[in-house]
Amino acid sequence: MNLSVNKGEVISLIGPSGSGKSTFLRVLMGLLPPTAGEVRIDGGRIDYRSRAQLRAMRDRMAIVFQQYNLFQNMDVLRNVTIAPIKIKKRPRADVEREATALLLKVGLAEKHHAYPDELSGGQQQRVAIARALALKPEILLLDEVTAALDPELVTEVLDTIRSLASEGITMLIVSHEMAFVREVSTRVVMMDKGQIVEIGSPVEIFGSPKEARTREFVGKILRH
Amino acid sequence: MWDRIVQEAPDFFTYYNAIFVLQAMGRTLGLTVIGCVTGFIFGFAIAAIRSTRARALLPLRLLVTLYVEIFRRIPFLVILFIVMFGIQAVSRGISLFAIALISICMVSTAFMSEIIRAGMESVPKMQREAAEAMNFGFMRTLLLIILPQAWKVILPPGFAFMVMFIKDTALVSQMGVVELAFTGKMFVGRGFSPFLVYGTVLAGYFVMSYPLSRLGAYLENRLATSRSRESIQRVWTGPGPVQSEPVGEQG
Amino acid sequence: MNYTFQFGVVFAQLPYLLGGALLTLEVAFLSFWLGAVIGLFGALGKMYGGRAIRWLINAYVVFFTNTPALVQIFFLFYALPDVGVLLTPMTAVVIGMTLNSGAYLTDILRAGILSVRREEIETAQVLGMSGPQMVRFVILPHIAKTIYAPLSNFFIWLVLGSSMAAIFGVEELTGRAINISTQNLRTIETFAVIAVIYIALTFIASIALALVGRWAFRVRARIF
Repeated sequence: MNLSVNKGEVISLIGPSGSGKSTFLRVLMGLLPPTAGEVRIDGGRIDYRSRAQLRAMRDRMAIVFQQYNLFQNMDVLRNVTIAPIKIKKRPRADVEREATALLLKVGLAEKHHAYPDELSGGQQQRVAIARALALKPEILLLDEVTAALDPELVTEVLDTIRSLASEGITMLIVSHEMAFVREVSTRVVMMDKGQIVEIGSPVEIFGSPKEARTREFVGKILRH
Repeated sequence: MWDRIVQEAPDFFTYYNAIFVLQAMGRTLGLTVIGCVTGFIFGFAIAAIRSTRARALLPLRLLVTLYVEIFRRIPFLVILFIVMFGIQAVSRGISLFAIALISICMVSTAFMSEIIRAGMESVPKMQREAAEAMNFGFMRTLLLIILPQAWKVILPPGFAFMVMFIKDTALVSQMGVVELAFTGKMFVGRGFSPFLVYGTVLAGYFVMSYPLSRLGAYLENRLATSRSRESIQRVWTGPGPVQSEPVGEQG
Repeated sequence: MNYTFQFGVVFAQLPYLLGGALLTLEVAFLSFWLGAVIGLFGALGKMYGGRAIRWLINAYVVFFTNTPALVQIFFLFYALPDVGVLLTPMTAVVIGMTLNSGAYLTDILRAGILSVRREEIETAQVLGMSGPQMVRFVILPHIAKTIYAPLSNFFIWLVLGSSMAAIFGVEELTGRAINISTQNLRTIETFAVIAVIYIALTFIASIALALVGRWAFRVRARIF
């Protein structure tokens, strides 16, 4: 599959379950090696056997998982600051100042010292977003970030992502929230069986899909 | 029988005998504590090696797995014999106490590594993945993410194992190390009533082991999560749960 | 070091040693099943008995789990003749190990019985099951599933623990090894061979127990 991402874009991946959307994000993150083909960043091919290259690649991206995956042994502030301090070796004071601002942005300013198991799913997911942003990624990957949430908590997380989109953060989103995808995306990618079926603007994909496969999928989803 | 005990008691419970028994208890405790601490350190190393994924480390993983499987499946008494005769074939200058200690450390390493491994595996895989995505290296993931979450699962069976080990060290009396069980043999040899002597020895073990098992049970109830119980029961690390409180509902 | 290994003299005695292994299994079996009987009564008594019974069972469990089986057997073997009870080595060992395992099994079985949840019993009642049906289809399978792994581990522990019978002159596997090695003076070789036999014995036991567990109770026991 061939997909290039420009700075400031919000690209959404849609498609039926098992179509390889999440796998694609994991490959990009260096968590899985590609079974075929290659990943190029700035034109350079990534060698998945080279730890240095994997590290360099991960260094430019951050991912938010479906299951939040906050570190259970750390409070909120430490979850957000640990990687910048320990891995990126940045000064603690700077990192904590930024983390405070980020937590304010995701609406959790007063939760600095709460532990993940004291937070609701929506709050945990917003911390996870702050944690990813603290890494200052060039691209933010969001892997079905609302799929594990109770319906009433979905809105708060989507609002957070919406505000990130308006700030011009480059994002790659896997989501089943079609209304949301339609609203925030600059481009939508329809995937099936590990292949890209169609790429287009939200208006094109949802309004006048070219491929039969897309038409079928979108039709099914919108009828709900 | 009672007559004999009453009659011998003044001769048995003398100051010097008491000192002797206390020293022997100290040696039992020393063997246990040194064994468990050493076992913890090496066991941690083994568990860490076994948690790696790199293909280059496969031979090392196989080697330590083999070590663990072998030492968990040979009776302690047999290991004692092999280590003792093995060492004595090489050198005569090593004390029996040292030989006992070496054997104990070898065995406790194998068992501790399983306890630690079960603890580490109780931490959800996704935690590891999140760390990897954030470029945490192997050691950082282990020390900052895995261990701080695993210790709750490791401590209770760790204490249970220590209690078991206090008792298992009784076997080294057979090679002539003067620890608590050996004093029993010795006093009976001097003609004291076995009732009196072994009663005292049993009491000595009880005094050492009971507080520890209470502490273990307390920790179990304080720290245990449902996943800790699941994971520790799946591996063979000792004679099973020794907690005094109900396990409660599952899930 | 100038030690030549000679395994020939040990291999010549293999049938004799394997006979000892049978006795080892016999000791383990006897103390397991006799201990299980004690454990069952102990568990029931501890749950449904009066204060005095509960206290007594507790004292029994606490005493036997906190003192070495070796010294308990010493006591039986050397102290009981004082009151006119003479035990053969085999009897002393089996009684000692039975009392010991009864204490552990009391705890294990009780944990199993306590694991049955009220909801499951209520569900069974709603489905209109009779008392015996409930025991057969709901309660026993649940208990079996909970205690199977600890019980299997405990049996292996007994196989290994039975080697202390050698100290009292019982001619099980370790005892026979001692016999042989005092004749052929090939101690290391002899004990290396029985070590392998013990490993094989416990491996076979582990695998057999895992298979039985999978077949009968759908327990996913693991061997390694």
